[in-house]
Amino acid sequence: MRDVAVVGFAQRQMKDFDGSPTCVELLVPLFKECYEQTGWTRHDVGFWCSGSSDYLAGRSFSFVQAVDAIGVIPPVNESHVEMDLAWAMYEAWLKIQTGEVDTALVYAFGKSSAGVLRRTLALQLDPYTMTPIWPDTVSLAGLQARAGIDAGLWDERAMAEVAQRSLTAAESNDYAVRKGGSSVDDLLARPMYADPLRKHDCAPVTDGAAAIVLAAGDKARAVRDNPAWLTGISHHVDPLSMGTRDLTRSPSAQRSGAALDLTGVEVAELHAPFSHQELVLRRELGLADDVVVNPSGGALVSNPMFSAGGIRVGEAARRIWSGDTSKALAHATSGPALQQNLVCTLSSTPEGTI
Amino acid sequence: MPRTLSAPVAVAFDYTRSTGPVLGRFLTGLRDGVVVGARTSDGRVVVPPPEFDPVTHQATTDFVQVASTGTVTSWVWVPEPVKGQPFDRPFAWALVTLDGADVPLLHALDVASPADVSTGMRVQVRWADERVGAITDIAGFEPVHDGGRGASGASLEAPSDDPVTGVITPVGLDYVYAASPEESLFYRSLAEGKLVGQRCPTCEKVYIPPRSACPADGSPTVEEVELPETGTVTTFCIVNVPFLGQKITPPYVSAYVLLDGADIAFLHLILDCAAEDVHMGMRVKAVWKPRDEWGTTIENISHFAPIDEPDADYETYKKYL
Repeated sequence: MRDVAVVGFAQRQMKDFDGSPTCVELLVPLFKECYEQTGWTRHDVGFWCSGSSDYLAGRSFSFVQAVDAIGVIPPVNESHVEMDLAWAMYEAWLKIQTGEVDTALVYAFGKSSAGVLRRTLALQLDPYTMTPIWPDTVSLAGLQARAGIDAGLWDERAMAEVAQRSLTAAESNDYAVRKGGSSVDDLLARPMYADPLRKHDCAPVTDGAAAIVLAAGDKARAVRDNPAWLTGISHHVDPLSMGTRDLTRSPSAQRSGAALDLTGVEVAELHAPFSHQELVLRRELGLADDVVVNPSGGALVSNPMFSAGGIRVGEAARRIWSGDTSKALAHATSGPALQQNLVCTLSSTPEGTI
Repeated sequence: MPRTLSAPVAVAFDYTRSTGPVLGRFLTGLRDGVVVGARTSDGRVVVPPPEFDPVTHQATTDFVQVASTGTVTSWVWVPEPVKGQPFDRPFAWALVTLDGADVPLLHALDVASPADVSTGMRVQVRWADERVGAITDIAGFEPVHDGGRGASGASLEAPSDDPVTGVITPVGLDYVYAASPEESLFYRSLAEGKLVGQRCPTCEKVYIPPRSACPADGSPTVEEVELPETGTVTTFCIVNVPFLGQKITPPYVSAYVLLDGADIAFLHLILDCAAEDVHMGMRVKAVWKPRDEWGTTIENISHFAPIDEPDADYETYKKYL
C-alpha cells in the first residue's frame, strides 16, 4: 500500500445558500483555500472526484456544470459519485493506490434547501415497495430510534445527552448552523416532533460544500509537517429493506470498524444525522468512554447533504495537523437509518497502515 | 433585492418498471387483496418477498400467504406529512409484522394522535378502493379493535393467470430553483433589453450567459461586458421532428449564435427565412418581442433573423466550433 494523507480541507455550510444548485460559486473559493493550504495550482492535482446528486439540484448533469470551478483546459482526470464526499475520497484513495496519480482533490456539494429534503431522499429507497408511499428520512430514523427505546438500549435522555454535547461543542465551530447548548432537562422539556424524535434529535437541513486534498508519500510531507495519514479505510452496506434488518444495530458499521485497527483512537468524528445513531455507532465501533466524540458538533449541528460525511474526515484531519491528536477515526453514512457506512483512521504517522 | 433570481420548478416523471416474478407475485397478491410473503433459507417468512435469498442467493420461489392483520413492532409520528404519502393529515408510520410473517412491513397507520399508537398494538390492512397491483393498494393500516387473527400460513396456489408484470410510479419533485448571481445579472439585463456577459480575468474570454467560473481555467469572472445583438451562426440543425411542448411548426432551425465580441456561442432560433437558407457563417440579429412582454428571460428575444451582410469569414469562428 502507498502511504496517503489528507493534506487539505475546506468547508462551507449554511442554512440557505443564496445561489445556484450547481454551487459553482461556492466551490471556487473552496478550491482557492485548498490551493493556499497546499501551495499547489490546479495543475498539481492528479485526480478530481466529486459527490453530488441531481435529485438535490433539481436539474440534470449538475456535476458537469460544477466542473467549471476546476477549469478544464487542458483536460483533467475527473470522476463523480452520487454519494457523499467520503466515498469520493475513497475513489481517489484507490486511484492513488493504483500508482496512476500521486495527488487528488475531492469535493462535494448540495443545496438541500432547494426542495423538501426529507421527501427527496425517499428516492433512495426501494422503488417498488417504498418510494411510492414516500417514507421520509426523518420518519425512518424515528422508527429506528423507537426500536432502540423499546429494546431498552437507549432512552430519550441518552439521546438528549448526545444533542446537548453536540450543541455545546458547536459553539466553537464557525460552520455550525445550529449551536448553543442548554441542558439535558431543557432539551427534554421541548415538544416532540416526529415522536420519539424532537427537532434537536434531527440534523438541520443544511446547504453547503466541502473539499479534501489527498497526497501520497513525499508529496504529502512537502505540503505539511503533520499530514493526516489515512492508515485504514473500509466501507460496507446493509440491506435496504427496513424489515429485514435489526434497526438497533448497524452491522455494516461494525464490520467496517472491525476491518481497521482502532486501538489508540483519541477522537472520533461520527456522521450521525440523528442523535440515537451516534449511540448505535459508538457501540458498533466499540469506542471506549474516553474517546472524544464529535468535537466539531457533528452532523446534528450541520449536515450538508453529500459533504457532511467527508467533513467528518476533514475535521479529524485538522486535529492531526495541529498536533492535538495522534490518532482519529472518521465515519460517514449514507442511505436510510445507517444503511451504508464508511470508517477510516487518520494518524500522525503512516506506520501501521492496513 | 436578493442576490439571485429564483423560480419554482416542478420535475416529474412516471417511472415504468417491470416487476419480475417475485415482486410481481407480491403486487399481484395486493391487487387481489392478499398479502404474499416468501420463506427464506433461514425459515423466516419475509414480506415483501426478497427477490433473492440473502444467505443462499437463490431466486425466491417459496411463496406464502400471510394475514392482513398484524402487530406493530415500531412506529413514528408524522406531524407534517409530505406530498405523496398515504395520508395528507398527521399519521404514523409503522413497522407491522403480519400474522404468519416473521419480519415487519413498512406502511402508514391511520390514527389521530400519537396517543393512539403503541408498540405491540394490533392493526389490519385497509385496502384501497381501487387496486392496481402496487404497494399503494394498501391504503394503510388501521387499528383492530377485536384483536382478530386472520388466516395465514397457507402455501399459495398457482399464480394468477393474469399476473402483475409492471408498475408505474409517478415521481414529482418541487424545487425553488435559483440562478447563480452571474446568471441573475444576465436575466436582469435582458429585462432591460441588454445582453450582458462577463470576461475571464485570466484568459480574457467573454462568456454569455456569464458563468460563475471560467470553464477553461476556473477563474471567477467578474468584469461585466455588454454585447451587441448581432452575431454569426457557427453551427445549426433543422428540426423536423415534432415533440411534446413544441411551439413552432417544423421544419425550423436551432442554431448556435456567436455574438460579436463573445467567446462562446449560445443556442437560439433562426427564423424569418427558409430553413434551407440557414448556413454556417450567416450573419444574424436578435429580434425582440414587444417591450411590454419582457421579463427576466431569454424569451425576450423571440429569435434571430438574417441581416444583409456578407457571411463571416470561416477563420473568425472556426475555433468556436
